Amino acid sequence: MLLSMPVDYLPIAMMFVVAIGFVLGTMVATHYLGPKRKSVKKLDTFECGIEVQGNARIPFSIKYFLVAILFVLFDVEVIFMYPWAVNFKSLGMYGFVEMLIFMSILLIGYFYIRKKGGFKWE
Amino acid sequence: MELFDLLIKLALVVAVFTIALVIAMYSTYAERKVAAFLQDRLGPNRAGPYGILQPLADGGKMFMKEEIIPSKADTFLFILGPCIAMMTACMTGVVIPWGNTLIIDGKAYIMQVTDINVGILFAFAVVSIGVYGIMIGGWASNNKYSLLGAIRASSQMISYELAMGFSIIALIMTTGSLSLRDIVEQQSGFHWNFLYQPLGCLLFIICAFAETNRAPFDLPECETELVGGYHTEYSSMKLGFYLFAEYINMFISAAIISALFFGGYNFPFLDKIDAPHNVITLIGTAIFFAKIIFFIFFFMWVRWTLPRFRYDQLMHLGWYVLLPISILNVLVTGAVTLFRNGQFHF
Repeated sequence: MLLSMPVDYLPIAMMFVVAIGFVLGTMVATHYLGPKRKSVKKLDTFECGIEVQGNARIPFSIKYFLVAILFVLFDVEVIFMYPWAVNFKSLGMYGFVEMLIFMSILLIGYFYIRKKGGFKWE
Repeated sequence: MELFDLLIKLALVVAVFTIALVIAMYSTYAERKVAAFLQDRLGPNRAGPYGILQPLADGGKMFMKEEIIPSKADTFLFILGPCIAMMTACMTGVVIPWGNTLIIDGKAYIMQVTDINVGILFAFAVVSIGVYGIMIGGWASNNKYSLLGAIRASSQMISYELAMGFSIIALIMTTGSLSLRDIVEQQSGFHWNFLYQPLGCLLFIICAFAETNRAPFDLPECETELVGGYHTEYSSMKLGFYLFAEYINMFISAAIISALFFGGYNFPFLDKIDAPHNVITLIGTAIFFAKIIFFIFFFMWVRWTLPRFRYDQLMHLGWYVLLPISILNVLVTGAVTLFRNGQFHF
């Protein structure tokens, strides 16, 4: 089964419709089923019972941003490797050495970030 | 495709959807029973005999609760978050091969919603979208705990996705196919992939724990620091969707682990049994579900055994340990495969 027909993707669309129907139906049902006794205090942001200080639209640690960028870099490499992995046996030694070169460039980058302390969380 | 085929597909879609929901519901019950068993308690035992109706009672309660949308939250995104989490959890089940073929009127029907040639990629693509559900919900709540939980969740999930991707690549190098059905069929008898990819299997299971936000990687909803994590502000069925999505994801992860590494619907001495084809198929499906239930139990066992990681330990494990090991695993797998095929020469 190497070739997929567009019709093979039709059941995925069916599942999508079933799932979206369930999610929307449940959302609407709970909206009408539950009691509605709102008050200002109840709709306030939860902060362990003390007065709310400012709001949550605040800057957060740059570390998370760095992780996201690194993820994009490495994940693109992983995506490149999928077609190579599927055809690995037919490509043989030639393909393997080519991928070794590609991966060593990737690993140089990895060790650079590691030395720079990009993964340090203190 | 004829109308009858379409109807069969539709029936399969509904069946997979229902089974996923029921198993997720009863996983909540099983989780509490397993926790009780491991901690020498009784667990839920009031609703029905042995508390067997507890999930239904919980579901009913979730439906009848007041729906609270905090006044400072972004209403649209606040509702969208749990919807995305639930949708993505339901969508992954389509590519999993639940069993071999059933022969009806001389025509074979596969027990799988659809067999596309990029099965694993589809599953991972959909799982990755699940991060948006958590991220959007946590941000839209406009609560500091939710924000922290959401950021933690997303950076944890993307960190472990890399090691997961590499462990999958090592597996694909040996199977040469991305279709989950092909991979399962290659493991007929007892040629299960964990025997050929032990390290890859271990890496994949660890990453599956991190991807589903299960203990010991449950920092996004670490109640000692972050109240409820990304779902602090949620109530009613929106909270239910987040919890449900987690259990469905656990079920799907258990199914993918069993399909990729533990033979799927294959079992030893399959060809020794003298029975009609359809009966063997159904036995295979039962075996597959037994494997899935074992892995769900394993998820729970680990949760109630291991303490939670600290955040820097979590990131250290992901980037310093799992990522290099998984890359090494790809290289070793490549070298060994070439050596065994006699292609290892310059």
